Amino acid sequence: MVAGTPAARSVAETRRSSVDDGVGAAIEGAFVAPRLSTTAVVATLVGVALLSTTIGAADLPVAGVLRALIDRLPLIDVGTALTERQEAILFQIRLPRLALGLLVGGSLGMAGASYQGVFRNPLADPYLLGVSAGAGLGAVLALGFGLDMGWGPVGAVPAAAFVGAICAVAGSALVARGSWTSPAILLLAGVAIAALFSAAQTYALHRLNDTLAREVLSWLFGQLNTSGWRQIGILGPYVAVCGLVLHTHRRHLDVLRIGDDEARSVGLNPARSRLVIIVAASLMTAAAVSVSGLIAFVGLVVPHVVRMLVGHSYRMIVPLSALVGASFLALVDIGARTLVAPSELPVGVITAFVGAPFFAYVLWRRAGVSA
Amino acid sequence: MPRHRLLALLLAAFTLLATGCAGDDDVDAGGNGESADAVDDTTDFGEDAAAAPTAGGDAGEPANDDYEQDDVASGDFPVTFESAGQAWTLDAAPKRIVSLSPTATEILFAVGAGDQVVAADSFSNYPPEAPTTDLSGFDPNIEAITSYDPDLVIIASDANDLVAGLTELEIPVLMSAAPADIESGYEDMAEIGLITGHVDETADATATMRSELATALDTAPETSMRIYHELDDNFFSASSYGFIGAVYAELGAENIADEADNDGTGFPQLTEEYILESDPELIVITDQVSYTPDDVAARPGWDQISAVRSGNIVVVEADIASRWGPRLPQFVSAVAQAMSASAGS
Repeated sequence: MVAGTPAARSVAETRRSSVDDGVGAAIEGAFVAPRLSTTAVVATLVGVALLSTTIGAADLPVAGVLRALIDRLPLIDVGTALTERQEAILFQIRLPRLALGLLVGGSLGMAGASYQGVFRNPLADPYLLGVSAGAGLGAVLALGFGLDMGWGPVGAVPAAAFVGAICAVAGSALVARGSWTSPAILLLAGVAIAALFSAAQTYALHRLNDTLAREVLSWLFGQLNTSGWRQIGILGPYVAVCGLVLHTHRRHLDVLRIGDDEARSVGLNPARSRLVIIVAASLMTAAAVSVSGLIAFVGLVVPHVVRMLVGHSYRMIVPLSALVGASFLALVDIGARTLVAPSELPVGVITAFVGAPFFAYVLWRRAGVSA
Repeated sequence: MPRHRLLALLLAAFTLLATGCAGDDDVDAGGNGESADAVDDTTDFGEDAAAAPTAGGDAGEPANDDYEQDDVASGDFPVTFESAGQAWTLDAAPKRIVSLSPTATEILFAVGAGDQVVAADSFSNYPPEAPTTDLSGFDPNIEAITSYDPDLVIIASDANDLVAGLTELEIPVLMSAAPADIESGYEDMAEIGLITGHVDETADATATMRSELATALDTAPETSMRIYHELDDNFFSASSYGFIGAVYAELGAENIADEADNDGTGFPQLTEEYILESDPELIVITDQVSYTPDDVAARPGWDQISAVRSGNIVVVEADIASRWGPRLPQFVSAVAQAMSASAGS
């Protein structure tokens, strides 16, 4: 293996290392070896998930919860010490909510990393493309004006939010007139579309009565209340398909970082790659946002954390952002569920409280580096 | 060039038109319009008060097309009140009231001051004869408000610095926020009655309300009962820190939102696990949500809740169950009936 190194290295590997040498000096941390950090990230995920299942507003016995979980494993029958109501709390409320947190956090983290790669802009995130504003407008219209957009098991609000998000991305793309080679134009188009959609959303919100306005507002703050496993079933396929697309295209991001000419020289079609990645990331975000409402800063902050761990190769950043995003949101949601129990904090507020100072710190460090 | 000139001309014309309109208004107000009347009325009140201090004011009042004076207890004026840190003296009963609070609108009509209301905000949908306009209480526009030439503005919250703006224009403003409990609601009602010159009618209306409430409270079952009042499907609820949630305590029920309302906001967001764990025996939702009792019953895991098992999920009218007002007894009575029904089941 060692003997054949130069020849055996794939083209992508070569490209990646040149990228790392060239651009990857902005945040020069002590990078942990990739394999080690992957193990740490997965271990964290498992730990957070276990913590999540044992902590909650309802006072379920920890041993009882673990035993009930083991009992549900196939081919194992250890019985359960939980009452019927406790079982319902665990399996119908706590676990679906954890699953939703993992899916949404993972989607936002992965989509954020992909956006940042595609636009070569560390500030790119779902908000900048207008995805969130579009979803927000869709939800407000559905809630406030009784647009009956439900499809089968899909509720009106998620469906409308989804449509709104897709409209916003399409709008941004239209305004930019397909200027994929100039990420700045697309980002600015996203800002314009987001401003327009936000204005429409604020106007619509004004026309609502108190009850509906509160319903919309608490959705806008972001929350992970579920309707049991049903929403997981709806969200799951989107996340799986889009996640797979982003995962298989992650090496394209490393090539695009160097420049379009270089990408063409290794046989990549930059415009096509960008389109595929943007569509997949947007679809993934829209699906997540439509279920959870607007949860800020996950897509922005998580890829930066991952970069500090593993350096600047998207080969690692994209999948690890999904895992770290999932852990992060599940962890934050433990706080949302229990900090003021039996009352609840909007999870989006906590992510912003944690994310905003961290992000300011990252920017401050970068400013120091470039000065 | 010609196009530019045309634009400039249009602009100039528009400006002239606008200033012209404003000028007209001034003339109106100072000449034949309301201001003059207001001055006259003040004098009338003074004379009437001197001539017949005890009169409810049925006799000898000059006819006036702006409003019926019959109901106004002129003897009570001048009235002084303090609101939002500002003291006001009304020399006569206000007769061009703008109400930006649905609660205040209901009270104004209940105490016989309905004729004095010239405009009510867009959510003031009761009583039907209320002069509902597109004015907003949440995002008030001071120009739109002053276009009704009000002599009293009643608001529920000081959004957009409204109090300061109206004070600047010397328009009396009464802040009548949602009361914290049923009793302070009566005090707010009495204040509105006093300021509008309907002390006697307010006393009557209050007495009626009190007796209706007592009747409604009497119909509640003796047994204590756990209640969950749901405002929306993110599990926002009404605790006893607000008057709506407090109704349940009055009915002898245990409001499960109380334990969650550490900050005393009155409207805590409950976490779903807690709702299941506290096992309410009656669930109350409003008619303004986009789901039905069947939807509530079908939520995963909720079949473990007593109220769901025995079908005790009731719908109340949101307008009544969110405003302190003359219709409060209807809400209490609806809840008391639901409690009796679920106690029997």
